[in-house]
Amino acid sequence: MVDAPLLIVGASMAGLRTAEGARRAGYAGPITFLGAEAHAPYNRPPLSKELLQTEGQGHADVAFPIRSALEEGVEWVLGRAATALDIERRVVVDETGQEHPYRALVIATGLRPKPLPIETHGLGGIHVLRTLDDAVALRAALRPGANVVILGSGFVGCEIAATAAKNGAHVSVVSQSRVPLQRALGAQLGGELRRRHEEHGVRFFCGESLFGLVGDPDVERVILTSGVMLECDVLVVAIGSDPNTEWLQGSGLDVSDGVLVDAGLRAIGVDGTVHPEIVAVGDVARYANPLFDDVPRRVEHWNLPTETGKRAGAILAAHLAGQDCAPLVADGWAPLPSFWSDQYDAHVLAFGMTYLADRSELVAGSLDDECVLEYYRGDELVGVCGIGMRSVVQSYRTRFAAAARA
Amino acid sequence: MIKITVDMDKCQHYGQCVFEAPEVFQLNADDKLEYKAEAPDEMLADLEAAADVCPMQAIFLSKE
Repeated sequence: MVDAPLLIVGASMAGLRTAEGARRAGYAGPITFLGAEAHAPYNRPPLSKELLQTEGQGHADVAFPIRSALEEGVEWVLGRAATALDIERRVVVDETGQEHPYRALVIATGLRPKPLPIETHGLGGIHVLRTLDDAVALRAALRPGANVVILGSGFVGCEIAATAAKNGAHVSVVSQSRVPLQRALGAQLGGELRRRHEEHGVRFFCGESLFGLVGDPDVERVILTSGVMLECDVLVVAIGSDPNTEWLQGSGLDVSDGVLVDAGLRAIGVDGTVHPEIVAVGDVARYANPLFDDVPRRVEHWNLPTETGKRAGAILAAHLAGQDCAPLVADGWAPLPSFWSDQYDAHVLAFGMTYLADRSELVAGSLDDECVLEYYRGDELVGVCGIGMRSVVQSYRTRFAAAARA
Repeated sequence: MIKITVDMDKCQHYGQCVFEAPEVFQLNADDKLEYKAEAPDEMLADLEAAADVCPMQAIFLSKE
């Protein structure tokens, strides 16, 4: 099957960067993208910000440019989800039953939002936000004056809250944690971001969950576990994500929480076998990062699909060229996670794995203005986060890079 | 040569590009982005890396 393509399942940022990485490393053969969404790869962060508040914005505003290396020899099969993988025959089956043979396989199927944990009885007005189509549907619902209830206070929930509040909606955030972004940024910074949201009229119901929904045919009110009832025209469920790995069940790969991969992003079977012709990249991949420890984790930060994709593409290209991949895999790769968030005029930028920390420490500025916090797990610096103070936050990149080399 | 354009309406001065292509992108003393409008072809990989890591996807490259 020399002519079978490099098959990329998931027409995503991670998939795109993997294809580019393979081309850059010399792979000149055919590439096929198989994507469940109808759209070519696009950037997701604006979906909770600019695109959510700007009528008329669509795919063209968020699409990644297709570079010249991918203008030829690339086939796009979009709007079709993969349903099965047969490793022995090297084929992926899609939802129409069509088989897609591959020479090498890239798993880039990403995540989907966790569903509402209570019965919805088919009520309308309930939204999630992951895809471009989700964002367009939510934008139409976020009218000025609408009563918007957001379940969940992570980055997606908080950014939707900020966008909706700026648009003149009445916004309530319902969250099981004590302060928003508690898991990612800790109580200190989370508490400050709550204060900033409240300044813009957002109400918080913390330590709460949903008990029930009222309405017909659309949701009209939600009932919280404490008994509080909130008017609700739009309910947004933003309580985290699950990896899209159902199609890999029974394939022999370890998909206990995302796709387990080695330091070369190569998929590991339930029996421990490494599959050199299969990589997983982006949000769906679970791997250890020696910058922190040897625990394989899925990490949902925006820069990692690019980091994992470039690396996986290069290693796959070497494998397909018959080269020894061992030195590439064992080069001590330790990507520094980075993430950012825009909420009102607060531009939050972070490096590392702040949510591994057990404490945070304010090291510059003041919380109610611009500030920088360090995050520690025991005595070990595992992350840094700032509001503004860009050059101070940036300086930590060098520190982490030095730690990676040590 | 490669022509570099940054959409300054989108740019939030996150400075991620600076680490990928410091010869072209810099944050000035006010933490604002400054960049060169042109770079030699040999820098393409670094410039693409800089465009890739921009959180706002505000960096555009074209061949001259």
